[in-house]
Amino acid sequence: MTTAASAPPAQAGSSRPRVSASLQGVAYGDRAFKLVLTVAAALIPILLGFLLLELWQGSRLAIAKFGLDFVRTSVWDPVAGQFGAFPLIFGTLLSSFLALLIAVPLSLGVAIYLTEFAPKALRQPVAFVIGLLAAIPSVVYGLWGIFVLVPVLRKTVFPLLRSLLGFLPFFSGPIYGPSMLAASIILAIMVMPYIMSVSREVLLAVPNSQREAALALGATRWEAVITAVVPYARSGIMGAVILGLGRALGETMAVTLLIGNRHEIAASLFAPGYTMAAAIANEFTEAATALHFSALTYVALVLFVLTVLVNAGARILIWRVARGSAVGSKAL
Amino acid sequence: MNRRVIRRLASNFMVGLMVAAVVLAVLPLFFILADLVIKGASSLSWDFFTKMPVPAGETGGGVANAIVGTLIIVGAASVIGLPVGVGAGIYCAEYPASRLTWLTRFVADVLNGTPSIVVGVFAWTWIVARQKHFSALAGSVALALLMVPMVMRTTEEMIKLVPNSLREAALALGYPRWRTSLSVIVRTTMPGIVTGTLLAVARIAGETAPLLFTALGSQYLSFKLNQPMSALPLTVFTYATGPYEEWHRFAWAAALVLILVVFVLGIGARLAIGRSQVSSG
Repeated sequence: MTTAASAPPAQAGSSRPRVSASLQGVAYGDRAFKLVLTVAAALIPILLGFLLLELWQGSRLAIAKFGLDFVRTSVWDPVAGQFGAFPLIFGTLLSSFLALLIAVPLSLGVAIYLTEFAPKALRQPVAFVIGLLAAIPSVVYGLWGIFVLVPVLRKTVFPLLRSLLGFLPFFSGPIYGPSMLAASIILAIMVMPYIMSVSREVLLAVPNSQREAALALGATRWEAVITAVVPYARSGIMGAVILGLGRALGETMAVTLLIGNRHEIAASLFAPGYTMAAAIANEFTEAATALHFSALTYVALVLFVLTVLVNAGARILIWRVARGSAVGSKAL
Repeated sequence: MNRRVIRRLASNFMVGLMVAAVVLAVLPLFFILADLVIKGASSLSWDFFTKMPVPAGETGGGVANAIVGTLIIVGAASVIGLPVGVGAGIYCAEYPASRLTWLTRFVADVLNGTPSIVVGVFAWTWIVARQKHFSALAGSVALALLMVPMVMRTTEEMIKLVPNSLREAALALGYPRWRTSLSVIVRTTMPGIVTGTLLAVARIAGETAPLLFTALGSQYLSFKLNQPMSALPLTVFTYATGPYEEWHRFAWAAALVLILVVFVLGIGARLAIGRSQVSSG
């Protein structure tokens, strides 16, 4: 590109010395311009490498002491210097999974309705309003969660769930306010706009011929959607869901306020739990020993690796549908 | 015939379910905004914006230190993050075939999905642990790192939308490449870049997790970047978790201010992009 663009003027100017002198300046200008941009572009990978290095350095103490057992053991005792992150990892995965269980049907329903059924005048406004949910800061969700959502859940929703489904271990036992289920519900509200907007973009990218073919064969509109449109967009929708998962895994403030913060694994969803992000947020400023800091940094490293894997998976799936276009990254 | 009726009914039933999903999805937004206004608006007063916090248990006071802190921290983050983000975005759009472009894009996507708390830990080990004290600057660096990939991606997408004929016209008139880029391409896409920047600022303004153990928060008004500093999201968090009724009132009010800031930035972003569509159309 560079040579192609600068070559023709260079030839044209070679007959006149004054121009060729100024062309030298042009060449310098272009080179300096490219250099500045290259530095900016190269800084991003360098910073990521540096981030990994710092996390690795910071967690070296804990890695040396616990190794990979860190992710399998469950004792978290700062006083005794024993750290095992399994309850944190379990809590992160469980709360994210429950959040998706709630958010995926909802957001797919909204996305399909908005692309296939809704009146034209309604499509943009509804998408915009749900997009606003994505703009609300996490800490505001947390505030609303502890003062509005949790009291409602504790007084009405949880007792109702227990009386209906109490025979299951997940819905039995004492009811606390802040709990795994409360955190999962707020997480569901938070990731829904992401899943909705990405799957909406993916559905919009499905060619109309898919719909027309199904309708021409006598399908109802719903049958056309479910037999011809959704299967076509399947891997993109999977990508949207996994992107939502990536969001849920790293969500910190709202979860910290709502999950109850206890290093334990309980069968009941009414019981408090903990996630990796919440543990870091809570304990980092209170940590007293180098090992405690190191263990928390180790948790951050594990969380980072987990989200990178999840996001890479999502991106590959989205690319397969909308090749080249940045459907996924725009929605982020 | 009967089967066709059943199929039609099933179709309508599913559409009904989807309408219910839309209602369910919009409800939380409605409730959150309503609660913010109901519980927060009554505490908003002139004092709230201009006074310092008072010791726990007393009434009155304000969150002026947090408002100033947020402005400083987010401002410093933008000063650090914007040039890198815009520069990298221009690079990726101008040299799409370069291997560095591929790498930078990939890494930006990775960073975009990185939990903000992890970036906070990074800023802590990098700056706070070395300096041995908390500082607003460490918070700004963390926020800048969150901002860069967003700004970069929008800059790149916006530049890609510029028709090639514009670039060719400028080059044909004898403009050097760098001037073509800066005064033709970047200028054309300026509204888009402004939009991306405002959205990125709106997002980092509400971030709490990266500030928890970098800027830390402070009871006092501070203008020093190498000292702990308060910020609105930190105020919301501290007051929400505190035991006093008065604090909770302040948490709601601070949250209301925070969300107003975020929405105003978002609306500004929308206006900027609206103008660009008019000018290019």
